[in-house]
This record gives sequence, C-alpha cells and structure tokens, in this order.
Amino acid sequence: MNAVRQFGYLRHPDQDRVRSRAAHHDVVVVGAGPIGLSLAIDLAQRGQRVVLLDDADRIGEGSRAICFSKRSLEYWDRLGVGQRMVDKGVVWKVGKIFARDALLYQFDLLPEPGHKRPAFINLQQYYAESYLADRTAELPSIDLRWSNKVTALERHNDHCALTIETPDGPYSVNASYVVACDGARSALRGMVGADFEGQAFEDQFLIADVKMTAAFPTERWFWFDPPFHSGRSALLHRQPDDVWRIDLQLSRDADPAVERQPENVRPRIERMLGHGDFEFEWISVYRFHCRRMRRFVHDRVIFAGDSAHQVSPFGARGANSGLEDAENLAWKLALVLRGVAPETLIESYNTERSAAADENIRESTRSTDFMAPATAQEARMRQAVLALAKDTEFAKRMVNGGRLSVPSVYETPLSTPDAEQWNAGPRPGSSLIDAPLTDGDKDIYLSAAFAENRDGFALLEFANGASVEVGANVRRIRIGGDGLADHEGLAMKRYDATPGTVYLLRPDGYVAARFRHPSKDRVAAALARANGLQ
Amino acid sequence: MTKLSTSSNFAKPDDAFRMILEAHRGLEDHASHALDTALVLILANHIGDLDVLRDAIELAKQSADKA
Ligand SMILES: Cc1cc2nc3c(=O)[nH]c(=O)nc-3n(C[C@H](O)[C@H](O)[C@H](O)COP(=O)(O)OP(=O)(O)OC[C@H]3O[C@@H](n4cnc5c(N)ncnc54)[C@H](O)[C@@H]3O)c2cc1C
Repeated sequence: MNAVRQFGYLRHPDQDRVRSRAAHHDVVVVGAGPIGLSLAIDLAQRGQRVVLLDDADRIGEGSRAICFSKRSLEYWDRLGVGQRMVDKGVVWKVGKIFARDALLYQFDLLPEPGHKRPAFINLQQYYAESYLADRTAELPSIDLRWSNKVTALERHNDHCALTIETPDGPYSVNASYVVACDGARSALRGMVGADFEGQAFEDQFLIADVKMTAAFPTERWFWFDPPFHSGRSALLHRQPDDVWRIDLQLSRDADPAVERQPENVRPRIERMLGHGDFEFEWISVYRFHCRRMRRFVHDRVIFAGDSAHQVSPFGARGANSGLEDAENLAWKLALVLRGVAPETLIESYNTERSAAADENIRESTRSTDFMAPATAQEARMRQAVLALAKDTEFAKRMVNGGRLSVPSVYETPLSTPDAEQWNAGPRPGSSLIDAPLTDGDKDIYLSAAFAENRDGFALLEFANGASVEVGANVRRIRIGGDGLADHEGLAMKRYDATPGTVYLLRPDGYVAARFRHPSKDRVAAALARANGLQ
Repeated sequence: MTKLSTSSNFAKPDDAFRMILEAHRGLEDHASHALDTALVLILANHIGDLDVLRDAIELAKQSADKA
C-alpha cells in the first residue's frame, strides 16, 4: 500500500479565545490538498500570512492524480518545489493510441527542445502533497493546522466567521478572506448556498495501481477495444517506484463492490500484461462528473480546485487546472490585501478561471463521450472514426483518447489588446513560453529567470539601447545587449520579437500586454489595467 | 447569411444520387448506417468549414422533421 504520512494535531492559542474575541486573520485557506497547499505557499511567498486548515491529519490515503503538466511544474518551480517533483517523477511526452491491437496514432506533446520542463511528469499525488507540505514548513508565515475541520461559516460585510472542529472541541476564527480548497465534496460550497451544475457519466472506470518491473516505454498508452478488454477502453501509465496505473472502463451496470475485489481484477490485468507477476498497490472504481459552480467568488469566500469544478480524469485537467486557479488567485488576493489593488481585481479570477473551467469541462466531456458512446449512433461514429483513422490523417485527429491539459488563454479585462502587428508569440492573456538563455556562462531558462521574480510583475524586454522606464515594483528580464543572451535566437522567435519589443508579464506568468514600441506611458497604463485599476 | 450551397452543383445530379444509392445496394441496415456515418465524416472533413457544417446539419434536421 501507499505510504501514509502522518502529521500531528497541535493545539493553537486561537483555540483559547472565546467566540466574541475570536482571532482575526487576513486569509484562511480551507483544505490542504494540492491546491490549498500550493496557494498557501504562493501567498506566503508574496509576504502574506496564511492560516491553512485541514480536517485530516495525514496524506497519502488512496490514489488519485498522477499526471502533472508543464504549466504545473513551472508553477511549482516558482513555489520552490518543481525540481523535487521532477527528480522523483517519471518524465514523458509521447502518447500512443491503439485500436484493437494495432497502433493507430501517436502524439508528442512537446516536440521542440529548449524548454526547462517536460510536457508532463507522472508522480503520485501523494508525493506532490508531501513535498508541498515540506515546503510549507519552511515558510513561517504559513500556519498549517491539521485535524481542523470547518463546520460552519457566517458571512459578514467585512469578514467571515468560521467555526472549526478539533480533537479539543470547536473554536472560531474570523478572516478577511476564506479560500475554499476543500475538494469535490466541499462543505463550504453548501455553506454559501451554492451548488455544482453539470453532467454525471454513467460509465464506471476501474483504476488499479500495480507494482511490477516492466519494459514498457515511458509513454501514455491508450487502447480502444483491446483484445484483453474487449469492447471497452484501457489506459496504461508509468509512475515512480515501479508502479503502473491501469484504467479499465467497466460497463454501466457493473457492481463496483464486486469489480474492485482483487481476485476479480487480477485476471483482467493478467490478460492485459500476459503474466501475473505483479502486486496491487491500490484498486478503486470511479464514476466521473464534469461540473462546476456557477460562480467561484462569493463575496469573501473564494473557491479553487475541485471545490469549484470537477472533470473526468482523461486529460489530467483536475489538479492541473486547480493549480492554475491557485496561481491566478494568489497574486490578486495578495495585492488586494495589501491595499494596492481594488477588491474588484478578485472578480477577474472568477472571469478568467470560470472560462478555463468551461474549456476543461468541454474537453474532458468530449473525451469521456468518445470513450463511452451513449447511443448506438455515437458508437457508430466512433467506430467509423477508428476505422478511418488507420489510413487518414483527418480521422486520426478525431480520435479522442483524452486531450491533455494545456493552460487556458484568457479573454480578460486585465489584458491590453495588441495595437501592433504580431505574427506569433503569446498574445495577451496567454501564459509565458519558455526559451533557453545564458547568463554569462551559465545556462538559464526564461521560465527560471521569471521564477526568481516571486513577487510582482515583470517586464520582458528585448534589448535595443536604453530600457523603457517602469515603476520600481516591476522587475526586468532583459534579453540581448547587456542582459541574458539568446544564442539560439529561440526567445526572439518564440516571442516574435524585434529589438525593443517588451512583454509585460503578470505575477502568474501570463502576458498582460506587449509592445513593439513601448513607452513609459503605455507600459504604465497596461500595468494599471492588469492591477484592476481601470 | 448561410454559407451552405443549396443550388445544384452537379452537372448530372441523378448520377450523384445514383452513386450513393448503389453504394448502399445489398447492404444490411447496420452496414448501411456504418457507410453513411463514414461518408458524413469524410465529406465533413472535405468541406472543412464549421459554419457550412452547422448550416447543413440545420437543413438536414428541418427536412428530417418534415419527412
Ligand atoms: C482516479 C483519479 C485520477 C486523477 N488523475 C489526475 C491527473 O492525472 N492529473 C490531474 O491533474 N488531476 C487528476 N485527478 C484529479 C485530482 O486528484 C484532483 O483534481 C485534486 O486532488 C484536487 O485537489 P484539491 O486540493 O482541489 O482537492 P482535494 O485533493 O480533494 O483536497 C481537499 C482537502 O480539503 C480537506 N477538507 C475537506 N473538507 C474540509 C473541511 N470542512 N475543513 C477542512 N478541511 C477540509 C480534505 O481533507 C482534503 O485534504 C484525478 C482524480 C482521480 C479520482
């Protein structure tokens, strides 16, 4: 079984206060899953004190996410944990799709070199949470309280009051903002009177983590109708520690209690692998949902991660999109709490991330529908696509065995629309694109140069004589001239840059504006806009 | 404004109708369905325009309702 990591409950002085004199905190994050942990670290690195509550006192029970995206790794680099994740994780980028026993289609998620991080790593969610928990311990402004379960929430004009259950009984705290990262079964969602809206899938999937030494390549293998699991789909994925994730689609009416019995799973997997030389680490049966809250911001209660939206896992869009929520929210909340930005900046979190949730739901719904056709005609369409895919390019591209998570592009009031001619490069609302650079004789990636900038906006400038003037709170990343060298010219190319081009990067690494002919005023106006001051 | 062409595009429309009909000759229903489904996908890709496809679906739905 998975190693469970136990944390201790510690009584906090807040618990000695009577309700009428409850302690006040700027931010309380509820839920120390991958999203709550990352958000707390991000806020702390921005100079914010955070209370992080979790109802459990352990991590590592069960088995969930394994695929973490390039974007998530770049975020974790900024949080100081990316390298640890990559060192432990299994790096991959190639996916293969089989129909029956023939290879139908193969994709490469990162076909070009010159990026610091791979397209994906596979890593048990347990390790990710564990490394994040270690990182919180290095940050004194994070106050992580295990075995603290939020049981009630009262909303007031200028704060929220939380009731928290502990092994020593209940206590109260007040908070200017509460971020609910309490997962798909979020109790806080009910406490603000909101609900999930969306679709449930009837199909069931068996998920088994199997320990074995095997010679399969480190690729994502997906089968439609394989000989070992006739009529249904299967997925094979490698994890660290010689553990393999196997997903098998079950029938709609399969009895989960029967299906998850090891003696019933074993023959299926023996048929798949052609041998019985493995042990089970974990077996479970899931039914998936694609659904979201209508709004992620309820005054001072903000929802992030699975509490706000849920997707089926074919596309690895659950935790990865939750991490994008965290990086989107952290800087905004920090600026609002510091009084630098108006409260309305938080509304842009709702706008940007709910559009992203719609996109993730759309993509994962399409994948799930393709895998589990609901009617005879849907089955026929899939059959036709699979048959045509053997010989035609167009049908290969219609085969949907999961479209994997990519960062969303935001249509957002924080962006300054392009006013000049651009033929490529990340447009405003897109996330930064990595490129290899050198600093003297040291190799450095653009994403790493950006990661050093943990707080605030950055101006990426392609040198052309003197720099454009910006406020002291904007850091510069200068490429060319006396700055970082772009020997391969890849930064220039990927940003469609000409000498003098600048990109204004938000603290979450998204492009706020770009100019070929920047001026102090143009950059200042874009900055104000990205701070919600317009 | 519809982009879908509903004017007659074949010099000999009867030949086109006949060609499709003959493709189905002798097929069981399930095989006919499979053939139609593949044809729709192939032709949709050939058109390669979502607006045209949307209009075509709309017109097909209307005519199916009347049939
Ligand atoms: C089989 C499977 C495979 C998956 N594969 C992937 C994948 O490959 N890639 C991917 O990106 N995602 C994947 N996911 C999704 C991913 O696991 C979730 O999206 C992710 O765990 C969400 O993180 P979270 O922090 O929002 O919520 P959770 O991980 O659910 O954490 C919520 C936390 O809140 C705590 N909590 C709950 N209620 C309270 C309360 N009242 N008070 C205090 N604390 C509370 C809980 O104890 C928990 O620690 C998969 C999911 C499944 C089921």
